[in-house]
Amino acid sequence: MTNLRTRILPVLTVILAILIIWHVFVVILNAPFVRDQAARAGETVSFAQVVEQTFNQERPVLPAPHQIIAELWDTTIDKPITSKRSLVYHAWVTLSATLAGFGMGTALGILLAIGIVHNQAMDKSLMPWVIASQTIPIIAVAPMIIVVLNAIGISGLMPKALISTYLSFFPVVVGMVKGLRSPDAILIDLMRTYYASKTQTFWKLRMPAAMPYLFTSLKVAIAISLVGAIVGELPTGAVAGLGARLLSGSYYGQTVQIWAALFMAAGLAAILVALIGVAHSAVLKRMGERA
Amino acid sequence: MNSYLIVALTFWLAAWAINEWLVRRHFTEPGLQRAANLAVPLLFGVTLLVIWECVVRGFDIPSILLPAPSMIWTRLIHSLPILWADFQQTFLKSVITGYVAGCGLGFVVAVLIDRSPFLKQGLLPIGNFVSALPVVGIAPIMVMWFGFDWPSKVAVVVIMTFFPMLVNTVQGLSAASSMERDLMRTYAASWWQTLIKLRLPAAWPFIFNALKINSTLALIGAIVAEFFGTPIVGMGFRISTEVGRSNVDMVWAEIAVAALAGSVFYGLVALTEKAVTFWHPSVRGGQR
Repeated sequence: MTNLRTRILPVLTVILAILIIWHVFVVILNAPFVRDQAARAGETVSFAQVVEQTFNQERPVLPAPHQIIAELWDTTIDKPITSKRSLVYHAWVTLSATLAGFGMGTALGILLAIGIVHNQAMDKSLMPWVIASQTIPIIAVAPMIIVVLNAIGISGLMPKALISTYLSFFPVVVGMVKGLRSPDAILIDLMRTYYASKTQTFWKLRMPAAMPYLFTSLKVAIAISLVGAIVGELPTGAVAGLGARLLSGSYYGQTVQIWAALFMAAGLAAILVALIGVAHSAVLKRMGERA
Repeated sequence: MNSYLIVALTFWLAAWAINEWLVRRHFTEPGLQRAANLAVPLLFGVTLLVIWECVVRGFDIPSILLPAPSMIWTRLIHSLPILWADFQQTFLKSVITGYVAGCGLGFVVAVLIDRSPFLKQGLLPIGNFVSALPVVGIAPIMVMWFGFDWPSKVAVVVIMTFFPMLVNTVQGLSAASSMERDLMRTYAASWWQTLIKLRLPAAWPFIFNALKINSTLALIGAIVAEFFGTPIVGMGFRISTEVGRSNVDMVWAEIAVAALAGSVFYGLVALTEKAVTFWHPSVRGGQR
């Protein structure tokens, strides 16, 4: 009960407040168009009529939540999944690039971290560049990567996945380096008294100690690789994927479509992060952590 | 095997050997040690450039796929006016304005909701959630609302930077321990005095964490927003049009400018952090 009152109630209140503000803004932002239409038709509209019409425009400045939900329902449930107008199809295109990039980025990040922890020269020469690489807005490079890879005949999933890889390897490297170095000197000394080899120390001490750090980084990495996949779809000229939905929506002024794609992306991000969270607690449980 | 590849290979091996030697050696003089610490990553960077140049020349890679660094450099020198105009539009107008507004707003809201535990409980999970969302997707909507020019980019940057700042500041403000707060109470310090003398200083590491995250986010937001519509100037605009015209060296020159701007921006924030949070263990050094 206390959980309900201290955790869920405040969140619900804030969400309710956001919804109310949203509805107010729907009226404020869409009203000029309604008034304009009425003035052109030579009619006068009462305030109640204005409010009613602002919630049901075809191309509103700000769509009302129920319009977005209707669009989401229409494009996910009512359309067959194979259809190009189905949002599930587009979400799957983005999701596959995200997962491929996330997988490659995680593998690369873990390998780099192992190298950095075990080789001092790699640590000193690579680490500053790993950090510097993230201050570069990779998004600027994204159209380049896609067009160049297209030119040599690689298209579709791979270019987008590469962008996601680049974005997601960084948090994994930083988290893993921190995690692999987290065992206390006492514990490493203990391994030495056991005459453990470097490999044994790695698998029995460093790797388990790094797990909490790894999963925290993975949560960041999966969210950012979704961003990479979406942005990667922008320069290809709107073929398929959530980014393409955003782009075509902005070309044709289909605001409801943009918002629906945004909500889909948000939902996807939430599900992916939650899945990592579940894996995290499962691994910690197997390692014998008590909740 | 041609000579360029041999040069690349020897340079790489030599640089690697020097780096190994520099890392293993311990200099007694602190100045020399610092110089060595700086030389190792620098040498690595130079090696990358040399290998890039030699591979491009050695394999005769067409410049449309990957131009050599020397070619990008000449292009960069020859088109400074265009690059400066783009830099002004994207960085000085969109990024800086949006960054300051977004971070400022996040900070002020965090201080305001700090007085109400109820609001804190409600806003923190939502702020954390929004921080994980692909917020750049908001760009087309902002372009529709605020037009093609820089205000729409500022709006995107503000929204992207607001939530990390909010979440980190709220966390930072609760970083001071209850013991220290009790001490302030025994001094009969007012809420403002406690805030300025105790809780803000304790919050600086968190706030600077957000400022650093936001410095890269802001640049990304501004450039992506330009993909959705822009006047005929700006880094994102230049990149997308020059890619279309196959002027790849110009694109790389623009990327170099963006990289430099991003790194300098981040570096400035990091330097300020060092000056402000000089007391923090991670700045003072000590154990790694």
